[in-house]
Parts: sequence; structure tokens; C-alpha cells
Amino acid sequence: MKALVWHGREDIRCDTVTDPQIEDDRDAIVKVTSCAICGSDLHLFHNYIPAMMPGDIMGHEMMGEVVEVGAGVNGRLKKGDRIVVPFTIICGECDQCRRGNFSCCETTNRNKQLASKVFGHTTAGLFGYTHITGGYPGGQAEYLRVPYADTTHIKVPDGVSDEQALFLGDIFPTGWQAAVQCDIEPTDTVAVWGCGPVGQMSIRSALLLGARQVIAIDRLPERLSMAEAGGAIGVNFQRESVLERLNELTDDKGPDKCIDATGMEAHITLGQPDTVLDRAKQMMMLESDRPHVLREVIYACRPGGVISIPGVYSGFADKIPMGALMNKGLTVRTGQTHVNRWTDDLLRRIQEGEIDPSFVITHTMPLEQGPEMYRVFRDKQDSCVKVVLKP
Amino acid sequence: MFYLSNLVRSKGDPKVVRSGPGSLTSVDYLVRALGWFSIGLGAIELLAPARLTRPLGMRGKEDLVRAYGAREIASGVVSLSVEKQAGLYSRIAGDGLDFATLLAETRTNNRRKGNVTLALLMIGGIACLDYFAARGLRQQHDPSRGSRRIYSERSGFPKGLEAAKQFALRIGKPATANKPATARVS
Repeated sequence: MKALVWHGREDIRCDTVTDPQIEDDRDAIVKVTSCAICGSDLHLFHNYIPAMMPGDIMGHEMMGEVVEVGAGVNGRLKKGDRIVVPFTIICGECDQCRRGNFSCCETTNRNKQLASKVFGHTTAGLFGYTHITGGYPGGQAEYLRVPYADTTHIKVPDGVSDEQALFLGDIFPTGWQAAVQCDIEPTDTVAVWGCGPVGQMSIRSALLLGARQVIAIDRLPERLSMAEAGGAIGVNFQRESVLERLNELTDDKGPDKCIDATGMEAHITLGQPDTVLDRAKQMMMLESDRPHVLREVIYACRPGGVISIPGVYSGFADKIPMGALMNKGLTVRTGQTHVNRWTDDLLRRIQEGEIDPSFVITHTMPLEQGPEMYRVFRDKQDSCVKVVLKP
Repeated sequence: MFYLSNLVRSKGDPKVVRSGPGSLTSVDYLVRALGWFSIGLGAIELLAPARLTRPLGMRGKEDLVRAYGAREIASGVVSLSVEKQAGLYSRIAGDGLDFATLLAETRTNNRRKGNVTLALLMIGGIACLDYFAARGLRQQHDPSRGSRRIYSERSGFPKGLEAAKQFALRIGKPATANKPATARVS
């Protein structure tokens, strides 16, 4: 079959690989009908996430049709079912899964010891990601083996298109969880840093959860226009001071709730010298992440407010203003998304026409053009916001 | 190449049979070659400066060559990173410095002027490669490539933005917002 394979930094190839095989009774094989390139795939593309290996298949946002099931799937899936595959692999039985903390599943990471060394404890196995999270082959391929398939799936009902359902596997619940973690009140102003796909979903989610005002911060006109279409007030950080504008929009109080949807690869610009210093330190392996946005979020947030971080951070970040964080009494909530905690509700909202996540798709291409689309998405060319690939 | 990485894969995991078209372009390969060349040359300059100063008639300037070697290695490392353009620009600046240093040697009583001239020609050639690679990279990463579009029609709310706001006001907080413990596996 064809698959997008990681060969090294900025080197993704559309290779011919062997077909996946069922290994365990709880496995299923899915014929992928749609998959997407996620912002966090770019961290892998740039080799900022450690423990990738040549030959790893990319992709953690995918859906398709079940073509083979193991004996232990117990009728929860059958051939022909259309499913979205969440990026977190879950057993559904461990203590964390029972609590709804699916991205902390204690069972599914097949490299638990490595994860325990790196993070202190294991987290769930993830598709198409580093070997720290199991090194499971991803879904930017024609076929995908889904481990623990009886629990790791979201069934797609008739009448819901691939484009509407696909993002239930990652960015939609990620944006939703980011907003839910903010405990939004009807009087709240929510500021979202980064108007990529997760930022866009966070903006819509904050609005649906009742925020009075949503402010979106980015520098790209196409992304800001999409954010404004979703009800946000756009702030272009290359044209105006973010802190001044936020204070202006909140009567000098600062946003009550802040969402960092940027993560470890903040844009580097001479106007923000800490981003240049971070990049130099990153290159010298003195720091793994560039936390400019996190610093700004802590500084901007209203005292007593909440900071929610769906943006991916990989390791160590310097010069975090802990004094401001502590003295302002801020609450920080973060985490990989507990996808299945939210998907029943989100699927219902899609079916009822409350939201249609397909608004974010700007490019649909065949899988073979995946390597080129990684470059287009990375360089923000052709007004690219979200790429969907069709195997 | 995949022998070692395949050791960590399970039996049912797909393995590469044949490599296909990739994301790296000819410019990327040229930049990588220049980066490794920079590191190689820098290592020689840093560790064995006399191998260069002797044939160039520049004895006594080993410390200067060592400093240039450190600069070459730094440029090479940056050229091999994600910030390739910064690495190439630092290489072009370094080419200028090397050129000026050697040009000064042609005006002294250096007995090895022939070698110095040859080295100047080589630096000129490499500077051209650096320039073309930097220009190619700039074009390749140019964010203005492709069409520029504005997405002011893409609200994501099929019933409209106002309906979405009203919906939020009407229902208040959804059940999922405060009750994660009630989550269940679908």
C-alpha cells in the first residue's frame, strides 16, 4: 500500500509499504478514506519531537471503513462500519479510561518504560507519533491497523460526510476540550493565541460554550478572516501590540480565559526578541520548546483567570514567568485530548447542524501529494489552513 | 537503512518496501551538501590549521584560521537545521570574509600567490552555489506562493453566527463542560 513515511527532518516520502496485519484479537484493519495533516505533524516534520525513527508512518487524524476485525472485538465493530479513529488509543478498562482521562490510558502505550522515563509516567499510545507514545503506524496511508479497536473508534452515522466527521478524531475535540477547560462563564472574554485549525475550533467552541467575547491572535490575514467569520475579534500581532489591544478590549482587565493554541513552535520575529533567543537555544539543545506565547498568555491573563494549553509542548521551556503565574493566581489546564470524552456530544452537535467542522478545510489532495502539502502547510502558502488527503 | 528502526516495530506493522517521491527538493539537497561541506572544512580549519596556512603561505595565522573554522562549523550546523536560510546567509557572509582575507594575501610578498589565487577562485565558485541555494530556498519558502484568499464566509455555523450565539445563551453550559467523570467509551 501507499503511505506517507518519515525519513528524517523535513523528509516525508510517499512510499510503498507492506499492508498492516491483525496482531491481536482486539485489532481491526481500516481502509482509510480521508486523513489530514495536523499542526502537530509539523513538529514531527521538523524533528522537534524526539524518538521518531526512519520508516515511521505519519498521521493521527483519519477515518475510513472497517475491512477486517479481530476475534476479540466482540461485535462492537463489523466489516463495512464507517469509523473515525481517535488519535489516542484507549483500552476503556484501566483506571484512567474509567475516569474519562483517555489520553492518559495506562494500557495502550507499547513503550511504557520509555514514556515513564521521559514523562514520569506512561501516557496513552498515539497513532503516527513518536516512539515515546508507542510508535504506532499512522493513518496517512491506504490502510491502518487499529489496536484496541473495540474501544478506539467513533462510529459515523449515515448522513454525516467524511469532511464533517473527520476532525472528531483530533482537532475538534482538542479545541472543544481547550474551551471546556476554561470553565467559561457568560461574562467571559476568551483570548485564543494561534488561528491554525485547533485555534479555529477553540474559537467556535468558546462561542458555543457561551463566551461573551472571543479574541483571536495571529498574523496571517486568511486565518484572522476565518477567525472573524467564527465570531472572534482579530488581532494581528505583527501590526499592533497584543497586550495593549487586549487591555483595550477588556477595560484594562485582561482576558478572563486564555487559550494557547500555538505550542512549541512560536513564530520567530525580530520584533519579539525572546523568540530569536529561544530559537538559538533550541538549536544548541539548551531548550526544546519556544514558549513565547505561553509567556505572553501568562502576562496578559486577568488575575484569577484560567490558561488552557492545547498547543503541543515537547520537553523543556525556559524563562516562564512563574512570578506572574503565581501572584495572579492563574489556573493552568492542559493535556493531550481525551477524545472519546467529548465525541458523543460533538457528533450530536454536527448532526443537529449546530456546527460543521469542515469549514476549516482549504485543500483536498490525493495522498501522493502529501509530501508537497507538508511543505505548503508549513510555509503557509496558498492560504493553506487545513489539508485533507484522500488515499 | 530501515534495518535498525524495523527492530522496534511489531510483526503486523507496515514496513517500507520501496521509497517514493518526497518533500525534499534539489535545493534542499544542495543546502545539505553545503552544510556538511561547511562542517568538514570547519573541522580541518579548527583542528589542523597548518594544513591550510602552509600551502597558502600564511604561516603564523593559524589562530585566525581556527576562528574561521569555528565560524564554518556554526554556519554548517545552522544550514542543516530548520533555519537553513540563516545558515546560508551566514555562509555567504563568511565567503566574503574568506575572500577579503585571501585578497589581502595577494598584495603582500606571499610566495604562494598562485595557490591563493586558486583558493580565491574556489571561494568564488562556492559563494555562487551559496547564493543560488539561498535564492532557491527563499523562493521555495515564500509564503506568498499560490493564491491569497480571505475566508470571511467560513463561520462553521450552518445556521449562522447569531443562531450559534443564541443557542449558547439558551442552553447555558452543556453537560460535558463540568462532568468529565461521566464520560464513557462510545
